[in-house]
Amino acid sequence: MISFLEFEKPIAALEARIAELRTTASDSDLDIAGEISRLEKKSAGMLAATYAKLTPWQKTQVARHPQRPHFVDYLRMGFTDFIPLGGDRLYGEDAAIIGGFARLNGRRVMVMGHEKGHDTATRIKHNFGMAKPEGYRKAIRLMEMAGKFGLPVVTLVDTAGAFPGVEAEERGQAEAIARSIEACLAVPVPIVSAIVGEGGSGGAVALAAADRVLMLEHSIYSVISPEGASSILWRTPDKAPDAAEAMKVTAQDLLSLNVIERVVPEPAGGAHRDAPAAAQALFGAIEQELDALSALPAGDLLARREERFLAIGRA
Amino acid sequence: MSWLSKVRNSLGGLTKRDTPDNLWTKCPGCGEMLFTREFEDNLSVCPRCQFHGRIGAQARFDQLLDAGYAVLPAARVPENPLNFRDSKKYSDRLKIARAANPFPDALTNALGTVEGRKVVLGVQDFAFMGGSMGMAVGEAFVEAVERAIAEDCGYVICTAAGGARMQEGILSLMQMPKATVAIRRLARAGLPYIVVLTDPTTGGVTASYAMLGDVQIAEPGALIGFAGQRVIQDTIREKLPDGFQRAEYLHAHGMVDMVVHRKDLKGTLASLLEYLERKEVA
Repeated sequence: MISFLEFEKPIAALEARIAELRTTASDSDLDIAGEISRLEKKSAGMLAATYAKLTPWQKTQVARHPQRPHFVDYLRMGFTDFIPLGGDRLYGEDAAIIGGFARLNGRRVMVMGHEKGHDTATRIKHNFGMAKPEGYRKAIRLMEMAGKFGLPVVTLVDTAGAFPGVEAEERGQAEAIARSIEACLAVPVPIVSAIVGEGGSGGAVALAAADRVLMLEHSIYSVISPEGASSILWRTPDKAPDAAEAMKVTAQDLLSLNVIERVVPEPAGGAHRDAPAAAQALFGAIEQELDALSALPAGDLLARREERFLAIGRA
Repeated sequence: MSWLSKVRNSLGGLTKRDTPDNLWTKCPGCGEMLFTREFEDNLSVCPRCQFHGRIGAQARFDQLLDAGYAVLPAARVPENPLNFRDSKKYSDRLKIARAANPFPDALTNALGTVEGRKVVLGVQDFAFMGGSMGMAVGEAFVEAVERAIAEDCGYVICTAAGGARMQEGILSLMQMPKATVAIRRLARAGLPYIVVLTDPTTGGVTASYAMLGDVQIAEPGALIGFAGQRVIQDTIREKLPDGFQRAEYLHAHGMVDMVVHRKDLKGTLASLLEYLERKEVA
C-alpha cells in the first residue's frame, strides 16, 4: 500500500474510488469493469502529469518518501554475493553507512552507502542514515582497500546529513568527513556515486567526491536542508519551499550547473512505486559509467577527478 | 552664553561629534571596558581575561607576517550563480558586505615571510558574511596553494566561518572537495599546510580544509565544530558539556595539536615552518 504525499491527494482519491469499485464489482459486471479501466487510465495520466512537473519542494518530499527504496533495497535488487565489512578499527561499527564487497552484474566492486531504515526498529538501528565519525572512517577504510585490490567503488548517497551530536563532535565528525572526501579523491580506481534520495550536505559529499555523480530523477542534493536554509535566511521555518526553489536542489538543476553528470529516470510516480524498475535504470547507468571509466589509465583517472572539482566555480 | 557653553566651545576638537564611537571596546569575554587602542595594541586580546577577539585579514597579516608582505589579488569567480534571493538579493548582500569590508570576499591571501621564512598566509574574515565559503573562497584557496607551490613554500590559513555560503547552494558544498584537491597537490609538492582555527570555525569549512592541516593550531576559546550547538541541543535535548566545541575541548579530545595564545602565534608558526622545511635526506 503506497502512502500518498500531500500533493498526490487527487490521485489518492481516484485510487480510493477504484479500490471501492473493485470490492463491489462482481466478475460479470462489465459496466463496472469498464469504469475501473477508465479511472485507472485517468489516474495513471494524472500521476505522470504530476510527476513531470514536480516543484523542488515536492521533489524533496518524494526524495524523503518513507517507502522510497533505500541502500538495502538496491543492494538486494542490484548486487549479488554481498559480503558486508564492518567497523572503522578505531572506535566502532556504524550501521548508518553499510559497505562491503559485491558483484554488480558479475563485476567485483566495493559498494557502500547510507541506510536510513524502513521501520522504527531499523531506523533506530541505522540512526536514520545519519552517520557518525566511525561511519565515515569505515568508508575511508573500505575505499583504501578497494584501491589496494583494484575494485571499483560504487557509493549510494541517501542521508539528511551527518549526525549532529555531542559524541560525534567529540570523536571528530568534521575531521572524519574531511578525510572521507580526501579518500574519495585519492582512491586509484574508478568511483561512481549516485544520489538515490537525499544528498544532505557534508555528510553526503563525504561519499560523493567521485569521478561521476549520478542522481535519480526525484532525488535532491543540497548544501543545507530547505528547512535549515529557511530558518537561517528567512528566519522562519515556513519558507522551506522557497528555499528549495532558490537553492536549486533538484537533479535537473544540478545537471545544468555541471555538478552532476547524469540524471537517471525514475518509473512513473517515483522510485517507490516500482523499485525494481528504478534499480534496473540505476544500475544500468552505473555500469555504463564504470565501463567508460575503466578504459582510462589510473593516472588520467585521478587527474580528471581533480580537474572535475577544480573547474567548479571557475569563471 | 552660559559658562558651560563657553567652556565647551573652547575645547574645540573635543566635542562629542568628533569623538570616535569606538574609543571604548567592551570585552565580550569579561565585560570589561577597554580602550580600543590598547585592546588592538594587545593583538585584540583582552588584557584582563585573555579573550581572543575576532580580527580581519589586515590585522592578521600585520601580526603574523614580517613587514613588506604582498596581498595577493582577489579570486575572480562568477557572481550570484544561482540568482539567489531570500529577503534580499544575494548580489545586494555582497554589495553591502563589500562596502563594509576592506576585501571583496571572505578569504584573503598574502605572500610574505614569518621571521624570515617564506609563506603564503590566508585569512578568513568572519566579518564578511560570516566568513562563509562560496566559490570565491574556494577559488582563493586554490590560487593560494598554486602560488605556494610556485614559490616552493607552505600555506598557512587562519580559518573563521559559520560554514558554507547557502546563497550559492550546491556550488558552495562543492568547494569542500575543491579545496581538498588543492591540499593534496600541496602535499604532493612536499610542502606544509598549517591550519590556525580561529573563532568561530564550523560547518563545511571545518569538515574540509580546516581539519586537513599537517599541523592543527587553535586559538584559545575558539568555537570549533561541525554541527551548530542549537542543532545538537535540539537533537539530544540535554545540556551540552562545559566548554563543548571550544579549542581546549578539541585539544583534550585529540582533534588539534595545540592551543596557542595569539602573542605566541607568530613564533610558533616560525618554528613549525622551520621543522617542515623540505630538506634533502642525508
